[in-house]
Amino acid sequence: MPSNKKYLLPSNAQKNSEPGWLSSLFRKAVEEIEGSVMQDMVFAEAWRFTNLNAFKALEPIAANSTAILSCPKVFAELNALELHISNGILTWIDAVPEYIDLFDFADRRITPTWVIEAFGSTINTKMHPFTAINTTAFSGGVAMRIRKGAVMKKPIILLVDTQANGKIVAVNPRVLVVLEEDAVADLIEIHTGSGVYINNVVTELVIGKNSHISHYKLQAEDTDAFHIAMNAARCAANSIYDNFALSTGAKLSRNEISATLAGSHINYSINGSYLACSDQHMETVTFIDHVEPACVSHELYKGVLANHAQGVFQGKILVRKNAQQTKGYQMNRALLLSKEVEINSKPELEIYADDVTCSHGATVGELDEEQIFYLMARGISKKRARAIMVSAYVEETINYIHNLLIRDVFRVVANNWMQQNIVDTQAIDGS
Amino acid sequence: MKLLEIENIHAEVDGRPILRGINLSIEAGQIHAIMGPNGSGKSTLTYVLSGRETCKVTHGSVRFCGQDLLSMEANERAIAGLFLAMQYPVELPGVSGMTFLREVVNARRKVAGEELIDSMEFLKMVRSKAKSLGVSDEMLKRSVNVGFSGGEKKRNEILQMAMLEPKFCILDETDSGLDIDALKIVSDGVNSLRSFERSMLVITHYQRLLDHIEPDLVHVLAHGRIQKTGGKELAMQLEQRGYFNFIETTA
Repeated sequence: MPSNKKYLLPSNAQKNSEPGWLSSLFRKAVEEIEGSVMQDMVFAEAWRFTNLNAFKALEPIAANSTAILSCPKVFAELNALELHISNGILTWIDAVPEYIDLFDFADRRITPTWVIEAFGSTINTKMHPFTAINTTAFSGGVAMRIRKGAVMKKPIILLVDTQANGKIVAVNPRVLVVLEEDAVADLIEIHTGSGVYINNVVTELVIGKNSHISHYKLQAEDTDAFHIAMNAARCAANSIYDNFALSTGAKLSRNEISATLAGSHINYSINGSYLACSDQHMETVTFIDHVEPACVSHELYKGVLANHAQGVFQGKILVRKNAQQTKGYQMNRALLLSKEVEINSKPELEIYADDVTCSHGATVGELDEEQIFYLMARGISKKRARAIMVSAYVEETINYIHNLLIRDVFRVVANNWMQQNIVDTQAIDGS
Repeated sequence: MKLLEIENIHAEVDGRPILRGINLSIEAGQIHAIMGPNGSGKSTLTYVLSGRETCKVTHGSVRFCGQDLLSMEANERAIAGLFLAMQYPVELPGVSGMTFLREVVNARRKVAGEELIDSMEFLKMVRSKAKSLGVSDEMLKRSVNVGFSGGEKKRNEILQMAMLEPKFCILDETDSGLDIDALKIVSDGVNSLRSFERSMLVITHYQRLLDHIEPDLVHVLAHGRIQKTGGKELAMQLEQRGYFNFIETTA
């Protein structure tokens, strides 16, 4: 694709000179979403369950410093290649093998063609106001290309950390992954931070023919933070994309994962768990666009909601006319640990092809008192018994992580959450 | 020495009185059997002893090894040495047999202030006990009781009992759902745990189980009270003549 563009980085220097430029962008986006109710039902529906009031009160400024980062300890055993993004800026790159190309978005040099071609190709910003903000305002991040036929032995860890340092900041990290034909890679995205901040991150993946990427994400932001993420992929024929997300952090989070299955015989798997307590709002929005025939998509999301937490799951599968022999499975389950929690679950199928096998569903439940008693009758405390059963509940999604070392790490993270947040009290009656 | 002393227990379930004055004391090393028709209060008695919250004790006391049993949580009772082999062992999807047993053993160690069990030592211990009960490695890998046959579930209960070496075991209709061979395996497992210190309370409908696990005393429970107590020959009489002849008609 020929392009006249040479530089991608928006000219933030000019904007930075005006105080409040960033917060006015967010304010505009919120107004756009709220104002859409009358004009655009599809758009309004997509944001129906997100209360943006908390956003309106914020007047975020751009972060202007970076910090030296280190990965959460549990990830150390993976011996991964690490890339660090601190306050939206790429600050650290481990030595990478020669089959990986990297580009720092903060780099003022001429942007490589492979970046320009892939950038913005996976998502329509018109329908995604926060992605539009990121595209207008990003000041850094990383693009990586894994070349044709490369089989990565070590996983890549992308650590995205935001430090508010007593202010209210907003960061717009941008990530682009280009996986060429026949390449194989494991990517782990970790989001952490401290203070009140907005992490409005966009991760794009362009996935080549016959390639295989396993993409894991841990969202463990500060519980005062806002996490708005767009994870958009475009997959070519015969590729395999395994996506897994575990969310434990942020006051308000919206993790949007969309994939366009643009070739035939793609295997797309998207699984995860969200663990929410206190007054956290956790939203997962997924969109799978079956464009071509004979692709398989599998989706299982499980939520655990404690205290006053709110969970939202919106999952849509679109099967276009040409996408015959599509197999699609989608399930969202939620476990409610208190009667004060709320779950909104909206599974959706839109099918235009006539030869497809698709199913979807949603369940909501609570812990089984019989199971808890059984464990207690063997000497296990009520608190521990509850934690064991919640872990067992989440385990089903964690088992979709194929890499056993990475699976163990995510299991440890989930179990740590159980230990800290599962309390002794009864499930629904609150006694 | 009296291991368990039940004194004048009255209990209700959903506000309905079920037990109306149970008195029973069990010496260390003894096996007592409780037989009785459906609805006599057998299950409720196991609830009272094991600490299930679904039933409410309105009167009476239970002392276990000198302690006030009723003031203890279900898990505290288990750690004090009480074991309930359940009539319907519960399925625990997502919790493997090994994980479950390790949690159970470690719960005790934690309370005792001991170190958590070494994985290799633990594996050895489980395998040796599992083998004699015909519990395969495959069963230990799978989620607890999920997809197990009736016999497998009961064998799994006895395996837990063997691992925990409790002071006092309640076997709640352990014979239900077992074929003759499974009954033999389970009974052999129970008998191998008989000792001078360990007592058992065997709850059953049928005399058959008592052929395998010989009780010291048999009690007939009906209308929430023990109506008659005798030796193991009482079970034979019940089998021949039915419960009817042993039950006082209530006012």
